[in-house]
Amino acid sequence: MTYLAKPKLLRADAPKNTLGYTRRDYEGAISTLCAGCGHDSISAAIVQACFDLDIEPHRVAKLSGIGCSSKTPDYFLGASHGFNTTHGRMPSVLTGAALANRDLTYMGISGDGDSASIGIGQFAHAMRRGVNMTYIVENNGVYGLTKGQFSATADKGSKSKRGVVNNDTPIDLVALALQLGASYVARSFSGDKEQLIPLIKGALRHRGPAFIDVISPCVTFNNHAGSTKSYDYVREHNDAVNRLDFILPRDQINASYAPGELRRIIQHDGSILHLRKLDNDYDPSDRVGAMNHLQERHALGEIVTGLLYVDSSAEDLHRHLNTVEKPLNQLGDAYLCPGSKALDALNAALR
Amino acid sequence: MKPTNIGAHDYFHKVVDCQWACPAHTPVPEYIRLIAAGRYSDAYMINWRSNVFPGILGRVCDRPCEPACRRGRVDKEPVAICRLKRVCADLKDDIQDRLPRAPEKKNGKRIACVGAGPASLTVARDLASIGYQVTVFDNGPLPGGMMRSQIPKFRLPDSVIDEECGYIINLGVETRYNQWVNSLRELVDGDWEAVFVGTGAPRGRDAPIPGREEAAKFIHIGIDWLANVAFGHTTTISKRVIVLGGGNTAMDCCRSARRMGGEDVKVIVRSGFEEMKASPWEKEEAIHEGIPILNMRVPKEFRHDNGKLTGVLFEIVRAEYDAKGRRSLVATGEPDEFHACDEVLVAIGQENSFPWIEKDIGLEFDKWGMPVLNEKTLQSTLPKVFFGGDAALGPKNIITAAAQGHEAAISIDLFCRGRKLDDRPPPMTNLVSQKMGIHEWSYDNQVSEEERKKVPVKALEKTLKDIKLELEMGFDPFMACAEAERCLNCDIETVFTVKTCIECDACVDICPTECITFTSNGEEDDLRGRLKAPAKNHEQALYVSDVLKTGRVMVKDENICLHCGMCAERCPTGAWDMQKFFLQCAEAGTEVKRT
Repeated sequence: MTYLAKPKLLRADAPKNTLGYTRRDYEGAISTLCAGCGHDSISAAIVQACFDLDIEPHRVAKLSGIGCSSKTPDYFLGASHGFNTTHGRMPSVLTGAALANRDLTYMGISGDGDSASIGIGQFAHAMRRGVNMTYIVENNGVYGLTKGQFSATADKGSKSKRGVVNNDTPIDLVALALQLGASYVARSFSGDKEQLIPLIKGALRHRGPAFIDVISPCVTFNNHAGSTKSYDYVREHNDAVNRLDFILPRDQINASYAPGELRRIIQHDGSILHLRKLDNDYDPSDRVGAMNHLQERHALGEIVTGLLYVDSSAEDLHRHLNTVEKPLNQLGDAYLCPGSKALDALNAALR
Repeated sequence: MKPTNIGAHDYFHKVVDCQWACPAHTPVPEYIRLIAAGRYSDAYMINWRSNVFPGILGRVCDRPCEPACRRGRVDKEPVAICRLKRVCADLKDDIQDRLPRAPEKKNGKRIACVGAGPASLTVARDLASIGYQVTVFDNGPLPGGMMRSQIPKFRLPDSVIDEECGYIINLGVETRYNQWVNSLRELVDGDWEAVFVGTGAPRGRDAPIPGREEAAKFIHIGIDWLANVAFGHTTTISKRVIVLGGGNTAMDCCRSARRMGGEDVKVIVRSGFEEMKASPWEKEEAIHEGIPILNMRVPKEFRHDNGKLTGVLFEIVRAEYDAKGRRSLVATGEPDEFHACDEVLVAIGQENSFPWIEKDIGLEFDKWGMPVLNEKTLQSTLPKVFFGGDAALGPKNIITAAAQGHEAAISIDLFCRGRKLDDRPPPMTNLVSQKMGIHEWSYDNQVSEEERKKVPVKALEKTLKDIKLELEMGFDPFMACAEAERCLNCDIETVFTVKTCIECDACVDICPTECITFTSNGEEDDLRGRLKAPAKNHEQALYVSDVLKTGRVMVKDENICLHCGMCAERCPTGAWDMQKFFLQCAEAGTEVKRT
């Protein structure tokens, strides 16, 4: 952990995106997490993804709950809207915000404790309602802030730092998300930014609930032999089904692939997901197949990563509820609060 | 790429850009930290050991360190290294008891140094302090050479020269002032083990154009005129003066002229303003003192009225470059320009001159009239004769003269002991961890974001009236500390250990200048393009690690590393460490390791 703020000095030739921002402009305050925490890598991946996508920081809302992971929104996108909610309640606060203003990009940052324990109900309902958001779980399998007890995602049989074996069955948030109707589901690893950054980009440009479970080793409490969420274990058991290249409509596509190697998915906004197959039989549009594959590999001790499921024609909560397109803050008082006569008329219509 | 060998002493030395650029390899960041800590005497001694004349150089050095300074690549301006050097000279205590003493018992070897300029005095210091009996000859009345005769007093007061030359003379160096050496043969045949020639570049180049001879009374050679001013032989100049030339001597001439009664002083130079040889800050000072600099004008004729100079005629030119980038000045065809004036100072270059060296004593000269030397040992073709300073490889600057003085002293010592001159003693180097605690280092790793401090100067009206009044006042302790804090501590090196790295990316994510990348290895050009921020500055090395667990390597672009230590603070396993690299050049008397 470092106490010093990053110096502002910058290389003269630091790359800038089309908005004229450097990567540094997408950073936040200095992280106070433990040195080597996977969460900081995820923050860096979010910074990179937003930089690459030319996202205007002030058009992003980042919401989180409680926990090490939920502290991280302070460490990226310092110029964005932020809301640190109560424990496990990020999804409902985010749902409310999204209903009030659909023009912002919503990012929910949570952890295995925040989403799989106290907030599992909230998580489930945000997924099934189809809230248009990018939901990232920074999953390290332990409660880091309270000294490293097993969390609900810790694998059965894995060992704590003190040698205690976990006997509880783990919750697989990816499996839950698939089952509950998330329309973009991925798993990645904080130690593999090449995989993670495009997945975040694809999620940010996806319409509908996009869920990414990111295995993020806790260097302090869960990075030892016997852990199934350590840097070494995840690297050894990482079973990626595909590699994603995220392509904006403006980008030129130079890479050439042999037939059958590549799957192209066009999202609602014209952005393209290029999926290079690593597992020939894997079909990311087959939800049931994805769930089966996940279970089979998990039984073998493998960690399936990559873009596991995507439905590019998915609809979201606004469509389901037929909400007004304009953000509420642009509608004006008279429209939002039409007065007692309008209420009377409405009541009369329902009688 | 192969893993970087950080054990090679020049790898980290190159990372300390200022020290690498300094001809005498002064450990710059080390003394700057001492200044920030208020330890001025310690800072002075580090300088004194390396560059011999800290007070003088802190005022008039050509400062090759500053354009090299890493800060200049990440900030608007480099650290004011030169002026910080002056701070330690100004604010130090009496350091005389820290100076070496010449051994009581001499080694019986006598060395003659011709000229009492910076090169000769450096040789004298290095050799006298290890027991040689050194005699310095100079045709002037005092030591200092061109530092005293050519640099105006408003830039370098005599008191500073007296003090720093005094430290050397006090080592028991015999001085023979006011003595013109007119025969090298006599010295070579005399009772000297070795002769060092440090006679500088004493002849100013002339402008042999029409009217030169007729108006000779009003046309002066710049360096001769400066010497006359320095020694009080010349005290006034006419109101309208033209200075020809664009080097630092031209700047000294025009600024001196301004202080001696010159009201309309102009510098007129052949080349473009940007290509002028004068240091940018010297040009700025001249302009600040109300002296216009006109460029792209070649002097064609001195106009006169029966021998009384009336002005100079210039041809207006433009620069053209051929395919090889060589410049030629081509007339633009515009009508020639006449500039009226009463006197002209010609400062268009300096040449070496060795009229006192006999041509038949076995000392060879090349076609440009320069002695044939071994550039490393500075030995001439006459084995016991060594050269240094402007006399050796052509006119450069004081710091180069001091550096060459050190090398010549090493050579002379090896020569006198019958050793091989090519076996140079290696520098002393050291690399030590600076870790004091989890977030504590023995250096201040917080990077200052302050701008470069300007040295306060005396009021222009006052200084223009008195040529001996020093213009710059030097930094006070507060400004010095703020400026010293701007130093990035490039000598505190980032040292990476493969075996302990768990590839968590924490260093990559925290690095403020994005200079660390973990990637698959490749050839250098390919690798440079694939880094998180492409490494376009090929002058600066890539630090490449051995292969890591995942088969990747760590690549760090040294170019814009701020040495802030954040990678090491963020590293959970201590794979990164901040270690201080110290390099001290060998001095005469250092033993060469036998292999």
